[in-house]
Order: sequence, then C-alpha cells, then structure tokens
Amino acid sequence: MALLEIQDLHTFYGNIEALKGISLAVEEGEIVALLGSNGAGKTTTLRTISGLERARSGSVKLAGRELTRTRAHDIVAFGLSHVPEGRRIFSNLTIEENLNLGAYLFRRQMKILKGRRDTVYEIFPRLLERRTQLAGTLSGGEQQMLAIGRAMMVEPRVLALDEPSMGLAPILVRQIFAIIEEIRRRGTAILLVEQNARQALRLADRGYVLETGRIVLQDKADALAKDPRVRAAYLGGEPEVEEAQDPQTKN
Amino acid sequence: MIYGIIRLINFAHGDLFMVGAFIGWTVLGALAGMHAPVALVLIVALVLAMAAVGLLAVGIDRVAYQPLLRASRLSILITALGVSLALENGAMIIFGAGFDTYPTNLLPTASFLLGGATVTWIQVGMFALSLLLMAGLYAFVQFTPVGTAMRALSFDQDAARLMGVNVEGVIMITFLLGGGLAAASGVMMGLYYTQINFLMGFLMGLRAFTAAVLGGIGNIPGAMVGGLLIGVLQAFAAGYISSQWQDVIVFAVLILVLVFKPTGIFGERVVERM
Repeated sequence: MALLEIQDLHTFYGNIEALKGISLAVEEGEIVALLGSNGAGKTTTLRTISGLERARSGSVKLAGRELTRTRAHDIVAFGLSHVPEGRRIFSNLTIEENLNLGAYLFRRQMKILKGRRDTVYEIFPRLLERRTQLAGTLSGGEQQMLAIGRAMMVEPRVLALDEPSMGLAPILVRQIFAIIEEIRRRGTAILLVEQNARQALRLADRGYVLETGRIVLQDKADALAKDPRVRAAYLGGEPEVEEAQDPQTKN
Repeated sequence: MIYGIIRLINFAHGDLFMVGAFIGWTVLGALAGMHAPVALVLIVALVLAMAAVGLLAVGIDRVAYQPLLRASRLSILITALGVSLALENGAMIIFGAGFDTYPTNLLPTASFLLGGATVTWIQVGMFALSLLLMAGLYAFVQFTPVGTAMRALSFDQDAARLMGVNVEGVIMITFLLGGGLAAASGVMMGLYYTQINFLMGFLMGLRAFTAAVLGGIGNIPGAMVGGLLIGVLQAFAAGYISSQWQDVIVFAVLILVLVFKPTGIFGERVVERM
C-alpha cells in the first residue's frame, strides 16, 4: 500500500462540490506532481488532506491510518506537513520562532528542537544568518525557504507543497526545486502542487492532472510532459522556453 | 490581548473585572471571622477570584464565542455585548443592585512623602502587583511556546493549525489569562476604592478599551503603556479640572486617537481579514 493514499475524496464549499472524487497515491520516496489550472481543486485537495477542510466522503490514509476525521493539528503528528499556498509564514515572529512553531509538537524537548533547527539551517544557510529577524523582513524566496524549513521541523513522511514557485524569479524557482529534490533525497515523499507544470514534471516521478475537481490524467512525469493534451493546456505548446511566473500574491 | 488573538473586542471584559471584585469581596467576607493573617486572606481572595473569573471567561468563550469564530465579526461583537449585559444583570440578581463595601480594616493606611506627594503603601503594593502581573504576562507571551503560538495564531489561524497548534486550546488559555487578570484588577480596585457595584465594569471596560486603543490595539505592551497614560490623564483631569469631567476627557482622547492615529502609539497596521 502506498504511503499516502487518497480514495474518492469529495469536498464541498457550501453547496459547491470542489472535489468530485479524487483518488491519488504517493509512494515512499516519490515526488508526485499535481497539476491543473486555477480553480481545478489543487489547493482544496491539499487542504482536505491536511485537515483544514473537512471531506464530505472518501478517505485519506497515511501509512494505513485514516485521517479524514482527524483534526488538522493532530494530522501533523502523524507525519504529514503542508506548506500552504502563499507561504503563510508568521511575519510578526522571528525566523527562529517560526521554526520552533514548526516543531510545536516537540516544544518541551529542547534537544530535538535544536537538532531539527540545525538540520534546517544546514539546508537553508540564509535562514541561519537572519534567525533573529522578523520573518516579514525576508524576501519572497527566503520566505518560501522559511515556509519549507518550518514544515520540515517535524521531519514529516510526506511533505505537501502548494505552489512553492509562486511569485518567485526563475533563478529562485530553480533553487527551490533543487531543495525539493534534496528533501526527497533525505527520505521525505513529496506531493507537489504547481502551476509551473514544465519544471514540476521535470522534477516529479509521476503526475496527476486535475480539472474542475476531477483527475483527468495520470501517468509517469516524462510521459505526461509529452502528452499532447498536457502540452496544449499547461506547457504552452513550445517545449523548452522558460515561462515567466505570474507574480500574484494571495492573502 | 483577546482582540489581538481572535479580533474580538471583548465588551464583557469590564464585567469580568466586576465579577472578580465581587468574588474577592465574597471571599474576604467569608474569611473575615477566621482571624487568619491579613496577607494570607488577601492572597487567598485574589487567587480565588482570579481562578474563578478565569474559568468563567473560558466558559463564556466556549458557549458564546467559539461557535461564532467562523461567523461574521459583527455577530460575535453583538454576542460580546449580550454577554456583558448577562453578567451585569446576573451580578445584580446575586449581589443586589446597591453598593457593597470592601472591609477597610485590612490594609495598612501608613503613607510616606515622595517629592511632595503623599503615597500610601497600598498604592505602592498595587502598583508593584500590577507591574508583576504585566511582566509575567509579557514574559509568557514572548518567551513560552504557548505564548509564541498565541502570537502566531493571532497572525494566521490556519497556518498555526498546520504547525500542530491546537488553536481552540490556545484561545482557551488566552481567555483564562484575560479573565484572571481582569479579576486581579477587580479585587485591587475593590480594596482601594472599597465601593463595588454591578455596573462598575461597564465604565472600566470602556476606559480599558480606550487604553488599548491609545497603546495600539492588539498590542500587549501598548495596552500597558496606554493604561498607565489613561490612568494618569484621568487622575490629572480629576485633580485639576473636576472628577465629573474625567471621563469626558478620557473619551475625548479615544475620539482624538481614533481620528488622528487609529493605530495607536505602538500600533502596527492591522490588515483587515473579515
């Protein structure tokens, strides 16, 4: 059985059915991309998995444990970390406080906290230089690093990333993607939601394409990258041109 | 503090203060015949009042505010007004509509001169206790994990949940502390001015609100400084103009602050998240 297994997930916002039966799986050590246009339900899928939205029906299993009835703050303890869309770092706290909150579950175990912080600082040396600064003073790329580092503080088995490249310059996007690869190498499986389909498929092992709340395609990443439907809809037809990211910021 | 965390202007805060004053008064009355040392009696009254009102505040939060956390700001604000009225009228039924008097023989009346002003030891003690409570609160919010979680969820509740913070639990602790502190000031007020009444919280709540706005709402050190400034202003207004004008002046300050510097002295820009 897969590490993270989602079956026939339905989520509603009021009367609107945002997810109309999603099924997907993430295996140990995999990077899985979840693609789709705005409003397809990518973010809702992640929010339902991490407990911020309640599923109306269906199941989310992490290492065999059912999570759909578990509250968001308990789900973290089972090994699933969610880096939300728009980073959502606590700009009123210092970088170190942000990281400590990431490991809120271990708040009384100073040794664990320290060890985890050191690991994050090792991956993101920039954060170490600025650890006593308020997180709000960081640049967009550094904020994304902090958001990922904060999620790594619990040493999750699965890391769900929502649009980590959003609003970042191409060079930073490459850096972030290299870091995602590094995190996988350290043993965390990754579920990656992206609008930047080209880069996501280059990094991922497998991918799913979401359209209006349903999965319409799923395949190995390189096969998806060659699929004419995907190329037409998400890769702009021309294969090797870097696309500029829309610097939209939410929240 | 509660505003800072759940964006609720707790209109019932002044009434929690009033309930604290009454509980302190009740405990003092019950202990009066026991010939215990005065300091012990005072501490017991203070601690019991703080604990009881802290729990009351948690109960109010659970019953009245939590179910509305995701509703519009307006409904929770109106609920807070309702809670305020319920507490005032509840206290009137239990303790009567008249004034009750704190025992006056408990505290030393000795005083000393400081730069031409007469300062009583009671004033020194109250000032010291207030400072102690404020420092304790500040340290709690600034340096403990739960305090950090409070600041985090004041900024972004969902993100705090994703960190594993039990948001409802932390809000509960916030109400426990807020209620406890309101009760402490209620008991001190009772001891100092001796007269307590079921409506005393209304005006105090408004003054405290003014202090919080002056300091920068949602900002704990700001509220402390604002409180001190409002207190001094009120005392000067009462001393140099007339005690009947003190609240006119205090609330004129509220209006001026809201018109000219709505973020207060230490206020950050509040991003509206309705």
